[in-house]
Amino acid sequence: MSTRPLAALLAAGLALATLPLMGLPAFYESFLYLIFSWVALATSWSLLSGYAGYFSFGHGAFFGAGMYTTATLAASAKMPFLWTLPIAGLLSALLALGIGAVVFRVRRLRGELFGLLTLAITFVLATIVLNTRIDGGPGVYLSGVPIPRFVGSPTGTVYLLGLALAVFSVAAARLVAESRLGLGLFAIHDDEDVAEVKGVPTFRYKLIAFALSAGIAGVAGGIHAVYVSYVTVGETFSITVPLYVVLMSILGGARHWLGPMVGAVIITASLYLFTGGQTAVLGRAAVALALILVILLLPEGVVPASLRGWRRLRGRSASPGSSAAMPAPPERHAGEPAGPAVEVPAGAAPRPAAAAEARVLECVDVCRAFGGIQALRGVSLTVGRGEIVGLVGPNGSGKTTLINLVSGHYASDRGRIALGEATLTGRSAHEIARLGVSRTYQIPRPFFNLSVLDNVALAATFGPARIAAAAARAEAREWLAFTGLGRRAAARPGELNLHERKFLELARALASRPRVILLDEVLSGLNPGEIASAVRLIREIRARGASILFVEHVMRAVLELSDRVVVLNEGEVIAAGDPREVLRDPQVVRVYLGTRHAA
Amino acid sequence: MPSFTLLGQSVVSGLLAGGLYGLLALGLSLSWGLLRLVNLGHFALAFLGAYLTYQLGTAFHLPAWAAALIIVPVFFVIGVGLHAVFAYFRVTEFTSLLVTFGITVIIESLIQWFWTADFRRFETPYASTSSRIGPLFIPTLELLAGLTATALALGTWAWLRLTYVGKALRASAEDPEIAAAFGVNHRAQAFLLSGVSAAYAGVAGVFIALISTLAPSQIWSWLGVVFAVVIIGGLANPVGALLAGLLIGVSESVTMAVVTPAWAPLVSFSVLILILVARPGRA
Repeated sequence: MSTRPLAALLAAGLALATLPLMGLPAFYESFLYLIFSWVALATSWSLLSGYAGYFSFGHGAFFGAGMYTTATLAASAKMPFLWTLPIAGLLSALLALGIGAVVFRVRRLRGELFGLLTLAITFVLATIVLNTRIDGGPGVYLSGVPIPRFVGSPTGTVYLLGLALAVFSVAAARLVAESRLGLGLFAIHDDEDVAEVKGVPTFRYKLIAFALSAGIAGVAGGIHAVYVSYVTVGETFSITVPLYVVLMSILGGARHWLGPMVGAVIITASLYLFTGGQTAVLGRAAVALALILVILLLPEGVVPASLRGWRRLRGRSASPGSSAAMPAPPERHAGEPAGPAVEVPAGAAPRPAAAAEARVLECVDVCRAFGGIQALRGVSLTVGRGEIVGLVGPNGSGKTTLINLVSGHYASDRGRIALGEATLTGRSAHEIARLGVSRTYQIPRPFFNLSVLDNVALAATFGPARIAAAAARAEAREWLAFTGLGRRAAARPGELNLHERKFLELARALASRPRVILLDEVLSGLNPGEIASAVRLIREIRARGASILFVEHVMRAVLELSDRVVVLNEGEVIAAGDPREVLRDPQVVRVYLGTRHAA
Repeated sequence: MPSFTLLGQSVVSGLLAGGLYGLLALGLSLSWGLLRLVNLGHFALAFLGAYLTYQLGTAFHLPAWAAALIIVPVFFVIGVGLHAVFAYFRVTEFTSLLVTFGITVIIESLIQWFWTADFRRFETPYASTSSRIGPLFIPTLELLAGLTATALALGTWAWLRLTYVGKALRASAEDPEIAAAFGVNHRAQAFLLSGVSAAYAGVAGVFIALISTLAPSQIWSWLGVVFAVVIIGGLANPVGALLAGLLIGVSESVTMAVVTPAWAPLVSFSVLILILVARPGRA
């Protein structure tokens, strides 16, 4: 990605930094400072909440923690003001890490529940501050705190600090958005379970984003403490900060790095238009009304909506048929699925299908219960190197549960699962993905807000090969061409039909260059022609060296593809071996078709 | 250790304060749980109701019960109208929070425009009456609020459990498409529920006018506690909302009596945090 936006941002920051030198009136300094402060707060909020979708109403807690850190250290402990700022940021970040370490372990604590939890934490923190020596009730005065003078006046210093923090946070938002971290966070936003299974270390990423977000808010609080010079619990921990940062980010577009900044400027400036007296009251109502209209009419935010409008405009003036918004088309976009054009990924040398002398995947005596239902009762199976093993059985026999256990989505109650020499049991899903296991979902679960290309690139980035972002996109294009989706790279998954989504699942599973691929009913719902091309594709995958365990109900495909078949019934393996023999086994026929059909 | 009487009195006043929490939580819990709309505007509507009660009472000398007869149907219509907007724009759970925040600010500004930011107190002859059971005083108005909350909670519970409309609403909340496939007209019932929820805000408003002192900024002061009550009670669970209101009310009031008033918020929010972390499946 280009560095031009960052350069532009820095240039704008430097230009603004010269204003105090040119004798800007103090009124404008303080007005601009407020804008900077809100830009930093709103942008930092979006790092976790906009990118990863964990909406926090607790930003006020971190802002307040920073304010009181600086107030306590500078006013009571007489520490130099500038020294207190990094400490304020650090303490807020630590607070976020502590909260996150508990909260992020609870799977269902997302959405509004996370928001309320963080709001509650704000109130708890406020109560503690109010009732202890940190504040004690009357508030803390910072008027005696000496502020170093970089340029002329103390307000100039506050202005410059606010500006620096605002530039830092917007730059951080941009850098994160373009990094692995950002890609992982966007994936968490759309489907956290799938992100984890694709190799994103979700817990760690959420913690990093939360700590960074809180740290910036803490520094913003520290600066704000000397700006207001009188800190009270009521003002500091009021509902204003958490609500305004949410509104600013949503207004501008919380998933875009520039969105919160634009939202913060719009809202702060329009609130400033109405100050004092009764007009302020009506002004606030007008701002609120404008906000409602924007949210209803542009739900994704001002920045993404304008960008789309701009691209459409440019696209119309450019040559018809090629949308300017789309990246360059892939080189081999029309490639046949079985086309030999794709390089065989290194480290996965093609191997002819052979009897399994080397075991790649091994499950021994695996058990798992859900409440009172024993889904798996001691399942053992192996997949050899370059082998295709079909896993069949009636609905509810435990096939998908087994896939969920191997991929680490659930933990097994008993037994051992191993990939080559490495034990998978007890590892988290993203570690398992990195060791070389990838899976598809029966009902495709793409990341709906990422392009088809990024969906696949994400798997390449976080898979065992851990390819860097730029190379991952090139890799992703190849796999899209391989699965016949080359033309759809720029589309959103929501625009794909079922057949294309199933192939996207496949491309995503392949792009991580796995050693073992778990296919969960990739053929269900496809028509005969689509099944035929999928079968060709699966053969081709094996020819490239991966081993395959596939769950399937389409028996023709099972017979055609499998080297071996394992039959599950009520959580137990009832038969295993050569496909034709196994499927003639009277017991297998009985569980599939009922007693009458058993010969 | 405070005396037994003091403790008993604080439990009683906690129960009564909790009744009002429950009353406010009721409408919020319904629209959140059944319509998937987080309605911050509920608080603003309640305070609008309170100010209207105050205005009707002071300017036209209308008793509070008569004001309620006007306010409740009017608020029902407002609720239906709001839902028309939400339905038209297909407002989601999260945008509903932002839109209703905007609505809250607008209503707050209007209240401040008409009634200024000064504190208002609706003086009524029955404001200071109370009955006495043994050593404990029970203020009449608070008792009435608590009883109303109980009646509404039980009535709503029965409505959701026993009637077709209630069952249809619950089915739609769980899976709108499947419910629609079984012939449930979710749209019509959503309008009804939104109206009922707003009407409950009106009822709560009348009691707020009678019991507490009014100021526009007070709208925000109830927010945290009532949301805690809604979550603890379980979404779309009217009796749960009432019981959670009582629980929070009592725990706050006992903390006030035993420790100091300033620590009271710690109790309700710690309870909320513990419940969220330990049993996130509740809501």
